[in-house]
Amino acid sequence: MTIKTRFGSALLFCIFAASAFGGESPIKLVGGAQATVVQLRCSTCHSLDYIVMNSPFLTRAAWEAEVRKMMKIMGAPIPEDEVAPIVDYLTQHYGAN
Amino acid sequence: MQTRRSFVRMAAGGIALAEAGLIGSWARAELPQGTLDSEVRETLPGKQPLIKRSFRPPNYESPVDSFDDVLTPNDKFFVRWHLANIPRIDVRAWRLNVGGDGAERGFELSMDQLKRDFEPAEFVAVCQCAGNRRGFSAPHVAGVEWGSGAMGNARWKGARLKDILARAGLKKEIVEIAFNGSDRAALDSTPAFVKSLPAWKAMDENTLVAYEMNGAALPHWNGFPARIVVPGWSATYWMKQVASIRALVQPLASFWMNTAYRLPIGKFPIIDRFTSQESATTTPITEILINSLITNVSAGQRFAAGQPLQFKGIAWDAGYGIRGVEISVDDGRTWQSATLGESQGRYSFRTWQFTCPARAAGRFPVMARASNAQGTVQPAELIFNGPGYHNNVVQKIAIEIV
Repeated sequence: MTIKTRFGSALLFCIFAASAFGGESPIKLVGGAQATVVQLRCSTCHSLDYIVMNSPFLTRAAWEAEVRKMMKIMGAPIPEDEVAPIVDYLTQHYGAN
Repeated sequence: MQTRRSFVRMAAGGIALAEAGLIGSWARAELPQGTLDSEVRETLPGKQPLIKRSFRPPNYESPVDSFDDVLTPNDKFFVRWHLANIPRIDVRAWRLNVGGDGAERGFELSMDQLKRDFEPAEFVAVCQCAGNRRGFSAPHVAGVEWGSGAMGNARWKGARLKDILARAGLKKEIVEIAFNGSDRAALDSTPAFVKSLPAWKAMDENTLVAYEMNGAALPHWNGFPARIVVPGWSATYWMKQVASIRALVQPLASFWMNTAYRLPIGKFPIIDRFTSQESATTTPITEILINSLITNVSAGQRFAAGQPLQFKGIAWDAGYGIRGVEISVDDGRTWQSATLGESQGRYSFRTWQFTCPARAAGRFPVMARASNAQGTVQPAELIFNGPGYHNNVVQKIAIEIV
């Protein structure tokens, strides 16, 4: 099966995720509304436990490198003006103390 | 079987000992706190409960009790995927596409043809993730924070890759053989997970396109209906759900070859080289390192004074052969030889056991140190590297006699 559009692929993925990875839903990031943009951008491709699992030992520079890798290499469509808020959030709540 | 609660309690016990200053620097061999907070025992369809590291892509490690027997059961075998969409494969419709610019002719194989046209080969081999034990890296590094269970040992059966390539007719100038699987990312913009082997390793008589694991079809999560098996080499090359095999006259250009799964040159005692992918400073990971695991003792476990202590575990390497396993109960000052179990072949886990005379009350570490026929011994200090690969430092498990 070939899904040509990004939207179609994401839609297919959501259906698949709902059926195959039902246990994923309990993952809630801390920080209330601040977490919204992170949940939106990161959970398109991977479950949010990746963030919790990789804590709390990454510095701000290391979290930024992760976000940039997701954009440049993994093709995540994250707008440039969202990078700083995402990195700030990750550093504050899941970064090295 | 260990329950989630008892696992947490034992982990907490280990931390308590660390905080009391009783195990000193060993405290750094703990998983990150966030890893402990987010791990749960989860059951994928067809699997026993495994330790969930991430739901999507699914990354699940085998609890240490999975290694009680020398062969790891299929339903306890670890699960590791890079991309989130893992299709259910209809084996009747499945085809293995063989070709590439280094092949004289391309063709497709059905599963019936793969089984019928090529003489099967069968052996036991360890499949170990390059990042096994990354979670114990000191300092911690980014990635899937695996404990000790991103590995397994199985009896693999399949067609020799060299026989399949012979049918394709390889040109003289081939340098690598590349593999792609059926897995897909959530976004089309994410690079496909493709890997290559140097031609010489692909032509090794022990490199397989495997369709059986421990006498059964491969589990879906371990690459049904067929995967590449490269005994002695890191599991990053063991392509799951293999769909295409390409003979290449140029080195494969791919994030997964050129950037990921690479080591600083000269850092590890490695014999097998992958020269077509080497740069001035880094090289692709190749063979796995000498390593061992104590399987019947947990951090903080208590034993009764006046009783002999039974330790058991496994040792493995890239296929040079396990020469011996030594045990220390005095922080590495003295070592005694463990008794090796029967060999299941040079690529397999080798079991071992050791009986320690009764000891007085107190706390001390149990350590196991394996060596191989090349004379390579597990290091006393972690060979640190940024991606957290090849963690084979000697384990220290703090136990208590009461």
